[in-house]
Amino acid sequence: MPDTQALVNDFLNKLKKRKIEGSQATAKQTAELLRSVISQTRVPYTNQAAALIQSVKAVGEGLIAANPVELAVGNVVRRVLHIIREEDLSLTTAAMAGLNLSAVSDDEDDVDGDNQPVLSAAAIAAASRSTLRPPSLQTLLEDVPDSAAVPHTSSSGGDSEGKSKSADKSSRSRKLKHDVIEAVNELIQDINTCHEQIAEQAVEHIHQNEVILTLGSSRTVLEFLCAAKEKKRSFRVFVAEGAPRYQGHLLAKELVTRGLQTTLITDSAIFAMISRVNMVIVGAHAVMANGGVIAPVGLNMVALAAQKHAVPFVVLAGSHKLCPLYPHHPEVLLNELRSPSELLDFGEFSDCLDFGSGIGAPLLHVVNPTFDYVPPKLVSLFITDTGGHNPSYIAEIYQLFVMSLRGEDMKFKSEIMKTNCIAGGNLVKS
Amino acid sequence: MDPRRSARTVSDPKVRQVGFFTPAAPPERSCSDPPRQQDLIQPQSPSSTQVNDHFRSGDSLSPVMIPPPPHHHSDTLHRTALQVTSPKTAFSYSARTVTIPTENDDVPSSLSPSRKVVAVKSPSSYPGVRASSVPASELTTVSVVNLPPGISEKAGGGASVEVQNDRPVRSKSLKEKTSKAERRAMQEAQRAAKAAAKAEGTKASSAATKVVTSANTKPSKAAKPSSQKNDGSQFAASEKKVGDRAPEKDRKKDAPHPRMQYDDTSRVEKAKKRAVVKQTEVRNRVELFRHLPQYEHGTQLPDLETKFFELDPMHPAVYKVGLQYLSGDIRGGNARCIAMFQAFKEAIKDYSTPPEKTLIRDLTARISSYVSFLIECRPLSVSMGNAIKFLKNQIAKLPLALSESEAKATLVSDIDRFINEKIIVAEKVIVKHAVTKIRDGDVLLTYGASSAVEMILLHAHELGKQFRVVVVDSRPKLEGQLLLRRLVRKGLSCTYTHVNAVSCIMQEVTRVFLGASSVLSNGTVYSRVGTACVAMVAHAFRVPVLVCCEAYKFHERVQLDSICFNELGNPDAISKVHGREDINYLDGFVNRENLQLLNLVYDATPSDYVSMIITDYGMIPPTSVPVIVREYRREHLWS
Repeated sequence: MPDTQALVNDFLNKLKKRKIEGSQATAKQTAELLRSVISQTRVPYTNQAAALIQSVKAVGEGLIAANPVELAVGNVVRRVLHIIREEDLSLTTAAMAGLNLSAVSDDEDDVDGDNQPVLSAAAIAAASRSTLRPPSLQTLLEDVPDSAAVPHTSSSGGDSEGKSKSADKSSRSRKLKHDVIEAVNELIQDINTCHEQIAEQAVEHIHQNEVILTLGSSRTVLEFLCAAKEKKRSFRVFVAEGAPRYQGHLLAKELVTRGLQTTLITDSAIFAMISRVNMVIVGAHAVMANGGVIAPVGLNMVALAAQKHAVPFVVLAGSHKLCPLYPHHPEVLLNELRSPSELLDFGEFSDCLDFGSGIGAPLLHVVNPTFDYVPPKLVSLFITDTGGHNPSYIAEIYQLFVMSLRGEDMKFKSEIMKTNCIAGGNLVKS
Repeated sequence: MDPRRSARTVSDPKVRQVGFFTPAAPPERSCSDPPRQQDLIQPQSPSSTQVNDHFRSGDSLSPVMIPPPPHHHSDTLHRTALQVTSPKTAFSYSARTVTIPTENDDVPSSLSPSRKVVAVKSPSSYPGVRASSVPASELTTVSVVNLPPGISEKAGGGASVEVQNDRPVRSKSLKEKTSKAERRAMQEAQRAAKAAAKAEGTKASSAATKVVTSANTKPSKAAKPSSQKNDGSQFAASEKKVGDRAPEKDRKKDAPHPRMQYDDTSRVEKAKKRAVVKQTEVRNRVELFRHLPQYEHGTQLPDLETKFFELDPMHPAVYKVGLQYLSGDIRGGNARCIAMFQAFKEAIKDYSTPPEKTLIRDLTARISSYVSFLIECRPLSVSMGNAIKFLKNQIAKLPLALSESEAKATLVSDIDRFINEKIIVAEKVIVKHAVTKIRDGDVLLTYGASSAVEMILLHAHELGKQFRVVVVDSRPKLEGQLLLRRLVRKGLSCTYTHVNAVSCIMQEVTRVFLGASSVLSNGTVYSRVGTACVAMVAHAFRVPVLVCCEAYKFHERVQLDSICFNELGNPDAISKVHGREDINYLDGFVNRENLQLLNLVYDATPSDYVSMIITDYGMIPPTSVPVIVREYRREHLWS
């Protein structure tokens, strides 16, 4: 337990100091951390799921508060919570199925009942979802009012279990933890491989002799473009350098090494060049439930220019970037200001900085935001690891492919919003 | 006929002043008195030609069009001839006149064939003045529409032969051709003057035929469109061929001649032979911009500096300015223009006409060579182009009688006047206008460093207005930092950010003030690259965009995108980030085959994004730019 705490603290510090670059790395590390948290958590005989959820939540809230604008953390925490519930549910169903089976045919082997949950947790979870709570609206209505639904359901499950097979309890508790860890591993695997899955679709979107514009650097975009290149498509890429971090240089370098025709342009030349561009392909920081995109700074400008010239604006995002939250004033609340020294050399400006406006406020402010909010109407297409989607469909995508929203998540969401707002307020003040 | 006539008379006289010059002159004549109306109808009724014609050639001098004070013939010819000698003036008025009075029937007949040979191709079919005066008299009306009264009054009496000559020469060897044309035009004028004075028909006619035989003389060439202008319908049958071609040419005449396209290898080679500055081309040229010069920057500067004392033909002041352009020490449309003019002033002061040459021609040629040198150093800005046109025009307009010192003094004062009126005073007027748009509590956003915007901000601050300034900047020039420094020193409260963050900051902005390198006549604002982005975001956030631009930077050219014409900066400035040594990803990659670095200098902001253009003529919507262009050109040419 203490070593977990140390890990969590370490990760918290990293998040707070913004030491982790990129939402993918953050998501992966969050998932790994939660995995170790789960494995270290001691589960009681009853309410194992509740205990797990409790500990994951405790850690997750801390993580989210550490960097409220890194939405991937929240996404992963939600995913893990969801996994725990699904696994619990599937175990319960399996047990109930086993009960039914035993009720129907008593002389069947125990092996059969034991094998069943191991088959594949996800499939059973899906099946159980469809059998146990067929209409999602109804489950929503059921789940929203009682916040303490989790312990109840699991305890009831445990009770039923306890009634039926008390001897099997200890093996079940181990099984739950084991299954959850397996599923989290799968999640980590998903996060790791989301690039490849997105890149696989590249040939469907990039044709011969196309001119593609991108801004800054995104590993997803790099993989996507290179995948198309490997499929013998020849096209040309304009890379806007993406001030103030100039990651575009990095991307240009990578593309050049991989043999793509690359032109590096300044950010200011985006409007000038977009009239010759066939498609804009960019990465995202997070995709909100309304289809809006939290993206590296400058992309709103690119999206507007693309709209002006009717150029498709394509956003590549792994499913760990999909976020069930709706953005409110995202330019401020979901933004982060970086160091002004990236823009201005204060050594050169030190003579100007002494002036004050009389009320003590300095005359010179430097604004260096990290993110931009691109409204959904400017986005033509999302390409996620589950395929291409229209921005208006993103919330449904989340429900269908990532996880279904449930009452507990909703509650969690509101908590996150609160922390976000507080953090955002601090941002504005500072 | 009546309804039409009444309709025409209603037409707004303002149209005449500001509208586009079209071959269809008739509607513009409508503001004259009833007798004129008869003429108007004429093109539609060929049968009445003779009558109308007679009518007009006699007393049709409308009070509006041709005030009739009689002039001494030779004087008239002299002056008009001089105007002919400035064929390169790019403020091309569609009409200039060489008028030959018709008191003596022989003279016009001697000249008019010269025109007719080209225009009608059957000079013999016109027996005399009477017949020829049909197009001629119409020409008067046509040209008069375009002419300010000051000149038209020279059209003494009766039918006059119009020679439109100001079509810009669009040939490769611009210089030589112009001078040739000038020489011929002057020759012709002198001869014509003699002829008029002595009434020696034969001599004059021989002169005229000479003019005709030399195929590419200015007046004869120019006469073509002018004669076609009127033959809208009634001559259509007989002169179909000519009529087809001419209106097109006529239209061309107004348009600025095309710029040098650098993907045209033969012309580039030729230009290179003449060049003083030996630029080396960059290795990885951007395919899309092959039509623009893509040179390596900074390599030729030391070389040129060593040649400072060797270059004979180049005036040291001009040379110095050229080097300053090359090194980027002088930036900004106004600064570059003023520096150029100061250098030219020095050059003119030191100028002395070589023997057996005339000042007008030689100085024009000299200035042209200076200009081509400056172009080699850095492509001209539109403001500079306009200023050079002004100067050449002034040189061409110098009276022959002036002595060299007088002429030089006139030119120097002209230059001073231009700098003062068009740049310094104009900026003050702009500031005065723009300050009215700043209110207390405003947050003003500006991009880059525009001198006009800076003056506006400082002046508003001096007036005690409480506002905040957002300076948006972009790589590679980071001019915004210079502006920021000057503003903060003066005590303005500033926010600094980069162009990517403009949509984050735009929410709090109430007005956007932008400078411009040029405003094109379709309302497109041609300015520092990134201006379009800022204007677009402002438009998306419903923030008004005010463009501040002196009227001398307006240009009649049109442009839809930023690619057809632009300037390419130093590509190396892209790969290295100033002050950020940690960003060195591209070290060693610059020479890779498939990596191109594109450093655009300008971009074109569509007029939809511009709420208002503030000029020294007042605050106008972008749709009114053509008006300013015309008016400005007019004022320029005739002031």
